[in-house]
Amino acid sequence: MQVTMTVNGEAVTRDVEPRLLLVHFIRDVLGLTGTHWGCDTSNCGTCVLWMDGEPVKSCTVLTPMAGGRTIRTVEDLERDGTLDPIQQGFIEEHGLQCGFCTPGMMMTCRHLLDHDPHPSDEEIRVAISGQICRCTGYENVVRAVRWAADHPADSHGAQQEVRA
Amino acid sequence: MQVPAPVEYERARSVDEAIALLERYGPDARLIAGGHSLIPMMKLRLARPEVVIDINDLSELAYVRREGDELRIGATARHRHLLESPVAFEYYPIFRDAERVIADPIVRNRGTVGGSICQADPSEDLSAAFAAVGAVMVIRSSAGERLVPDADFHRGAYTTAVGDGEMLVEVRVPIRPGCGSAYEKVERRVGDWAVAAAGACLTLEDGTIVGAGVGLAAVNAEHFRSEEAESLLVGGPATEERFAAAASAAAASCNPVADQRGPVDYKRHLAGELSLRALRRAAARAEGQEA
Repeated sequence: MQVTMTVNGEAVTRDVEPRLLLVHFIRDVLGLTGTHWGCDTSNCGTCVLWMDGEPVKSCTVLTPMAGGRTIRTVEDLERDGTLDPIQQGFIEEHGLQCGFCTPGMMMTCRHLLDHDPHPSDEEIRVAISGQICRCTGYENVVRAVRWAADHPADSHGAQQEVRA
Repeated sequence: MQVPAPVEYERARSVDEAIALLERYGPDARLIAGGHSLIPMMKLRLARPEVVIDINDLSELAYVRREGDELRIGATARHRHLLESPVAFEYYPIFRDAERVIADPIVRNRGTVGGSICQADPSEDLSAAFAAVGAVMVIRSSAGERLVPDADFHRGAYTTAVGDGEMLVEVRVPIRPGCGSAYEKVERRVGDWAVAAAGACLTLEDGTIVGAGVGLAAVNAEHFRSEEAESLLVGGPATEERFAAAASAAAASCNPVADQRGPVDYKRHLAGELSLRALRRAAARAEGQEA
């Protein structure tokens, strides 16, 4: 069946089997491999992307369910060579080691900061409680989010306006 | 890679359209909203629908509101909506207690109240909460609506009163003055299914319990509740001794099975202890002592 959706600001139309999972559509059909594919059971959270502005686990969405909707993936965080503060925060605070969980972590945490610019550590931990990191023990992930909260780059604000 | 078997896809844009599609495709069609139970089951071939009918566009059912003397929750209200609903919290804090420990925030963005209770997983938290508060389910077909009390809704594991060509559209909970409610759960890790969980709802009049509901999840309690515990509570004062007796009855009335989450004795112990804690908190809330 033919499915049309907006991915990172661009309309895409593809012919897909209805059973195709959104994570595989994004990675294998569109070639956007920043979104990772992990546990396949909606536990690990590395496949998190945004659908209509909300973080979702894309291993548990059939591609046609995303038809007509707006998808944002981790590739959309960087703009014109400038990293999003959440990306910079993961660098500054060593929020990753192997990096497998990082795309999902960053998409969830960007959403958190958009809705709560100054979360407590507890609120950060709740926000990422649906995501598994086997390297950092989460401490550095929390620090990375805190760094991003403390450094809301002007460029990010400009991006928000452009997007709106 | 886990991928569902081939399946057709339809999208409904109204309740009437969803019901028409259910009638057209018959028992091999399944409604899908959040999909966080159905899609994993499809991957494992535990469910093999020929067609999935997407009801995510049914915003007409995405509400949590008071109507008259009832709290009404639409079937496509997301877990997050119920968790964050001020009106649900005002009358039934049990739902916030339960929603905080259902899955994780990302899953709660997608999963729906109606989907959860229609999945009828024996460990499902909202089923125990709705049992405790004495909810009524509204089931619609092309012939009209019928109301099913919670106790008649669940027909065993993964089975409900919703028949072919029907869909659950709403859950109604009577608003009772003097009512307090609470939910207690033990899980192995954040977002997991319960090892055991208990919900309690007490209605007090001048210190006397005039209404009581005790719901249990994950311990194989019939219809997710303990009528034995409830009958020991109604008609007397809200005292620790009577709560303890009711909690013992709740533990005795359920029939947990041993699995990777624990042995029978441990789960039975939890059923009693969590019932006791839920009853204490429900009573404190009914008396206005705790938010």
